[in-house]
Amino acid sequence: MKSPSGLVRALDSERFSPNTFAYILMIPAAIVMFGVVVYPFVYNIVLSFSNMSLRHFKDWHLIGMRQYAEVFKGKIFYVVLLKTLVWTFVNIFFHVTIGVSLALILNRRIFGRAAIRTLLILPWAIPQVIVALTWRSMFNYEYGSINLFIAHFLNMAPVEWLGKPLEAFSACIITNVWLGFPFMMTIALGGLQSIPQELYEAADMDGASGWQKFWSVTVPLLKPVMIPAITLGIIWTFNNVNIIWLVSNGGEPSDQTHILVSYVYKAAFNLYRYGYAAALSMVIFAILLTFSLVFLKRTRASETAY
Amino acid sequence: MNHIMKTTGNKFKINNLQSRIISLFLYFLLIGFTLVVLYPILNVFSISLRPGDRLLSTSLKLIPDGASFHAYKVLFAQTPFLLWFWNSSLIAAAVTITGVALASTAGYAFSRFNFYGRKSAMVGLLVTQMFPPTMLLLPMYIMLLKLHLINSYLGVIVIYTSTALPFCVWQMKGYYDTIPFSLEESARIDGSTRWGAFRRIVLPLAAPALVITALFSFMTAWSEYIVAAQVLQDTSLFTLPLGLKQFEASMSTQWGLYAAGSLLVSVPAVALFLILSRWLISGLTLGSVKG
Repeated sequence: MKSPSGLVRALDSERFSPNTFAYILMIPAAIVMFGVVVYPFVYNIVLSFSNMSLRHFKDWHLIGMRQYAEVFKGKIFYVVLLKTLVWTFVNIFFHVTIGVSLALILNRRIFGRAAIRTLLILPWAIPQVIVALTWRSMFNYEYGSINLFIAHFLNMAPVEWLGKPLEAFSACIITNVWLGFPFMMTIALGGLQSIPQELYEAADMDGASGWQKFWSVTVPLLKPVMIPAITLGIIWTFNNVNIIWLVSNGGEPSDQTHILVSYVYKAAFNLYRYGYAAALSMVIFAILLTFSLVFLKRTRASETAY
Repeated sequence: MNHIMKTTGNKFKINNLQSRIISLFLYFLLIGFTLVVLYPILNVFSISLRPGDRLLSTSLKLIPDGASFHAYKVLFAQTPFLLWFWNSSLIAAAVTITGVALASTAGYAFSRFNFYGRKSAMVGLLVTQMFPPTMLLLPMYIMLLKLHLINSYLGVIVIYTSTALPFCVWQMKGYYDTIPFSLEESARIDGSTRWGAFRRIVLPLAAPALVITALFSFMTAWSEYIVAAQVLQDTSLFTLPLGLKQFEASMSTQWGLYAAGSLLVSVPAVALFLILSRWLISGLTLGSVKG
């Protein structure tokens, strides 16, 4: 074959053992991952034991576990953690129930299936920033279309969506539910299509009802596809700083809508508490790692992740 | 629905009616969801058509009174929108090319060779998905500050590539796993080199997965805000999300610009996504279905 460069010609050489060839294929990705993942990761660990902040940017030094103590000392960490858990649970619950229900409907032979499927994928296709900012404008008190709808069709008083903590948090959740269900729907649809039709026919022969077929054929066969997607969904939602940050404009009102990641983002880039933010990042990572290990072990899906 | 056909007599009629009601109900549900999905998009479109003096309106009409393309004209003529579009395209192209090149080779190594450290590297990639965004961003930001690389594209491109890479490598590996080894073996018997067998036999077959990798890398770069907001601070270096956020911040005066801009930014992403969504389902699930 024509080789584009000397390097590739070197690759063609049969002097290498198969494993050396594998290492060569890996090197580029490994260098990138090392430079921008492993090194910063280690650096972050060092920072988390330091007093670095805007005031101590050049003359920082290690101060032991003080930043971690700071994280666990205040009430705020536990409050924000609780909000993060609520945020993750509510979002994933709706993503999965809406996504799987729509997939089940779309898996039937119905008129206009392809068109409706395409339209329902749209929230996933639109850049998240735009989704967030657009919903923010729709939640506007006076001119946002949600309040206009409420006033026009429900004849109720407008809701102060972005001005009150609970309402603002709900606004973030509504936005995230809207943009997140197509992912689960797509995965579920792929899973449903891979279930052999013969299984349903066999169940018919045994006189199974629709409900029985759902629980004994569809659910067990959909599970191996959905579990990795749900695991990934939980991690992504837990770590989703975009939606909270942009819909609530950085935690407004008065930092009441933060989840852990947006709280760290603020600590790092608005308040310049680098050491503290690094320590809190480590804590978030520990929480997610523990969760994933337990969850994947429980569902015995670690081999089929992704 | 099959079981309905197999029952007879009275039961058939009842079931038939019942299934029609269910079908109708499901249709309403589908249409309801479709409307909920479409409304925000139509709303943005409607705002983009509003004339400048009627941006803040409480009308729910989809085509506003005095609709015009004024906002689009202003967007192109009086704002750096085109420059931002160019910046974003440049960054997204760089990330897509790097992402595809790195993920296609690394994924192949993971799929075909049982080298030392393979398993831990795979798990390591998975673990990076659990890093909170700040965990890498903060050290990277401080490094960039110290290297005086704030306001450089290199920093952003490298960060985006590393964000997209773990998912892409796993994705590629899962797809390569479904391609039979025997294909390469026969190519090798015919005298092809290892690289040749990979390039000419496996890579073309993995096209659907490559497409997904490209799409995922592109989307990561095209719509990212959080990292760009810290690293790119000069308006002339802004990417589209940063520019749009700036419009949104002064909603009373630039709402129309925001709306028009958002639509134009979404169009390439949505178009790519919809064209490629055919491969999306198989590409994403194949790796897991085969168990």
